[in-house]
Amino acid sequence: MKRREFIVAASVFAALPEAQASDEAMRAAIRAWAGGEPPPGLLKIDIAELVENGNAVPVRVAAHEPVAGLALFTPLNPEPEVVHVTLGAASARPEFSTRMRLARSQRIVAVAQTADGRCWQAGVDVIVTLAACVEP
Amino acid sequence: MATRAVITLPAAIKAGVAFEVRATVAHAMETGYRTSDAGARLPRDIVRRFECRLDGDIVFAADLFAAISANPYLAFWLRAAQSGELSFSWRGDNGFEHRETRPLTIA
Repeated sequence: MKRREFIVAASVFAALPEAQASDEAMRAAIRAWAGGEPPPGLLKIDIAELVENGNAVPVRVAAHEPVAGLALFTPLNPEPEVVHVTLGAASARPEFSTRMRLARSQRIVAVAQTADGRCWQAGVDVIVTLAACVEP
Repeated sequence: MATRAVITLPAAIKAGVAFEVRATVAHAMETGYRTSDAGARLPRDIVRRFECRLDGDIVFAADLFAAISANPYLAFWLRAAQSGELSFSWRGDNGFEHRETRPLTIA
């Protein structure tokens, strides 16, 4: 890329509205999914504490009792939602694994919901050295 | 270009015993927050919904957002009492749709 092109591209990037959710946006997304503010509870979130590349971070969320739904949220990605999971009757374990993007170091939050509507949440801190969404 | 999906099931599944299902589909999962070299914003193009059904009943479903990595991967555990058919579907932006079926054979 030529220097002039870079300057033009960089200035356009700087003019974009800041794409970042906030803690408040995440709380709102959690309330929308859970139907209320879930109390803290027991949930296992397996994710590397120190992530070198935020583009594909393996993450596993597991509950200690049968649940109907699990969801993952982030406060500092462009959007607070990551994934909403629904578990059917043939589900054998209340858990799922996926790979997620992390825009920066933050505390990710998992929420569980049982079939009778009871909800609880847990969080884990993750440090990211190379963030997602910044490379062209 | 034909979409590729990879679904991994154990070689032998026993009745009533939990087994893991892993499903990946080839998709760029363009977030809508990146810009091209020319500075234009790349429009969002992601997979929005994944469903796994056993003989027509949903056993696992997921609503995906931009924070899921490219080539979305999901792993989950199922239990079945009898043989059947597992069907997988991915739907997303710009009319993206992909389906796969796998026989579920109880040994």
